[in-house]
Amino acid sequence: MQSLVIVAHGSHLNPGSSAPTYDHADTIRATGAFDEVKTGFWKEEPHFREVLRTVEGDEIYVVPLFVSEGYFTEQVIPRELRLDGWDVSEWDSDGLSADQATLVAEDIDREVHYCGPVGTHRAMSDVIVRRAESVTGDPDVGEGFGLAVVGHGTERNENSAKAIEYHADRIAERDRFDEVRALYMDEEPEVDDLPEFFESDDVVLVPLFIADGYHTQEDIPEDVGLCEDHTEGYDVPTEVDGTRIWYAGAVGTEPLMADVILERAADAGADLGTALDDVRETTRVATGD
Amino acid sequence: MPEPTSDATADEGAAADDDTETAPEVPSIDLPSDAFDAVLDALDGRDPNDPLRFEGFSVARDDGGYVLDPADGDRQTGVSERELHEALDERAPAVTDWYAFERVVGEFGPRRAFLRWLEDADGATVATRYAALAEGIERAWGELKITATVTDRGERRYDVRHADDAGVPVDELDRYDDPLDARELVKLDEKGRYRPLKTAPSLADGWVFPDLGPRDAYEAVEAIYPATVANWHREREGELDVSHWRETMERQSGIYGVVKTWDRGEGHEHVDWVAEACCDDSQCLKRREWQYDDETDLDVDGGDGAFPCREPCSVVVSAARKWTRLESERPRTYEFELTPSEKEQVEDIIDAVADGRIDEIREADTKEGANRYRTRFLRAKRFDDEGNLGGVPTEPDETGDEE
Repeated sequence: MQSLVIVAHGSHLNPGSSAPTYDHADTIRATGAFDEVKTGFWKEEPHFREVLRTVEGDEIYVVPLFVSEGYFTEQVIPRELRLDGWDVSEWDSDGLSADQATLVAEDIDREVHYCGPVGTHRAMSDVIVRRAESVTGDPDVGEGFGLAVVGHGTERNENSAKAIEYHADRIAERDRFDEVRALYMDEEPEVDDLPEFFESDDVVLVPLFIADGYHTQEDIPEDVGLCEDHTEGYDVPTEVDGTRIWYAGAVGTEPLMADVILERAADAGADLGTALDDVRETTRVATGD
Repeated sequence: MPEPTSDATADEGAAADDDTETAPEVPSIDLPSDAFDAVLDALDGRDPNDPLRFEGFSVARDDGGYVLDPADGDRQTGVSERELHEALDERAPAVTDWYAFERVVGEFGPRRAFLRWLEDADGATVATRYAALAEGIERAWGELKITATVTDRGERRYDVRHADDAGVPVDELDRYDDPLDARELVKLDEKGRYRPLKTAPSLADGWVFPDLGPRDAYEAVEAIYPATVANWHREREGELDVSHWRETMERQSGIYGVVKTWDRGEGHEHVDWVAEACCDDSQCLKRREWQYDDETDLDVDGGDGAFPCREPCSVVVSAARKWTRLESERPRTYEFELTPSEKEQVEDIIDAVADGRIDEIREADTKEGANRYRTRFLRAKRFDDEGNLGGVPTEPDETGDEE
């Protein structure tokens, strides 16, 4: 019996924090690829400490819905899931290449496949592009557009910037957008000065965050100048210093994220049948008006 | 405080029987073909010396057909499939009971134990359980009321709703059929405020899952009170893994690593206060089983909940981080002037906030110390322009005016 466990941060304060986790779990559940799909949280219930005891299967894939490798994926989650013998060297990662480690979870005395975070998976580049399609309503968006991929800088997590650069570089190589830049909230180049880094009149701004919350709904819109105060709201697009900014909100809310979760499980050995194709098809942006 | 009923209560909505002395009647059950097929499947390839056991009889395969061995009668051999069907149909309650738990509910420990407990706390016979199920067996789980019934095909059905909605007709409530919809029902309390703790006694009412199968009933409970069944099950098996305060705080890292410094080897009064603040039955329906450490119990009551709390939760850890910082301050002596009524009013306000009563205090009820007009009056009279109580600055070197 094959089980998927999606683990995410959650929130004590923001009721919307768990929504993307539940949504992607539902998308994957509908494919029937797993006998069960469970969700666990750091700040909500079931907690990381207790989620595995709710799991029935014997082939268990744990996928962290986090944007980068770091404190949560390397320390908190393995510790709270009680993965026996965990050491970050199990992943043998350069900060971007964590794939999976198979360890016994002491809580249930069964093996689990502990996967790398969704944010560093190569398929995440496709989700960023899909997010740009969603926010512009144009499945072919690219020509005449710039793309800004935005994240925390290194102040919070040294691997955060690596993930942003990795996806920005990969998308740039596709020559789909006129320009692609990696921008940061707490280091140079800063998202606050976005228009200075682009020549294009239109720029899609995609924050590499899992859920909408303080950073994506308050910090970034105000820093970029989409609004004076987030409570006023903002239009999409909003013109700032001559650049039309298409603000996408957290990339993690994009339905195609379910695909990256599946990719992580597949890389760890899960048998998915046609689920990957199904998810790519069902989450596609509608063509035309 | 909701508590599981100690025995099966099967009185609500029962077809009133004039003769109350008579035991409830076992409903008539038609053996459904899926149950019969499951029996044939189970017998197929099974060792003839290892009969399939049902309550009151067993069935095995032999060369010429089947062997039926009733506990209260003669062993019959060479039974044809047709005769077997007839025999099982006569014993449909026992067969459908086997089918419900062995095939529909399945092996998973917490789910099986929970669904069994819903209808059978005390190891009752099939006849007793079916008779009770026919009238509806009610159980409490946190703020939930779960009613188990049985159809005339021996299938279990469950009505899951807020206990406050007991007796309300289904069509007067919002009906749901997908147990995952419960995730939305638990998100906000009845005033629309986010519920960060799912076992807080603030579940909104007004909804019902009127007709769930066994697995979906378990999933609905799991969505409303995550992992409570698994922990309850471990406790029943004598395997609950409790992590006490000390070890839980020792484990914390990052911004929560500071909490371990709050334990200074000077007793556990601070943890008593935490438990009184956060873990009281008025705040959380879990029954606190964790203590200060495995040798030192806290001095406050753990509560009466049906399901256990096995370690300080993330809400407690987060709050403890705040208190660790606040409690590092040394007390100071401030001098204020208050009238006796004003002192009592301050106490009333603290009580009202701590007990979540502020919304109950009527706007014009100036007898209440925590009444808004009373409180505004106190502020107008006793705060200076900087918001200092009694005009006394928080820091002793602060003066009323900035230099």
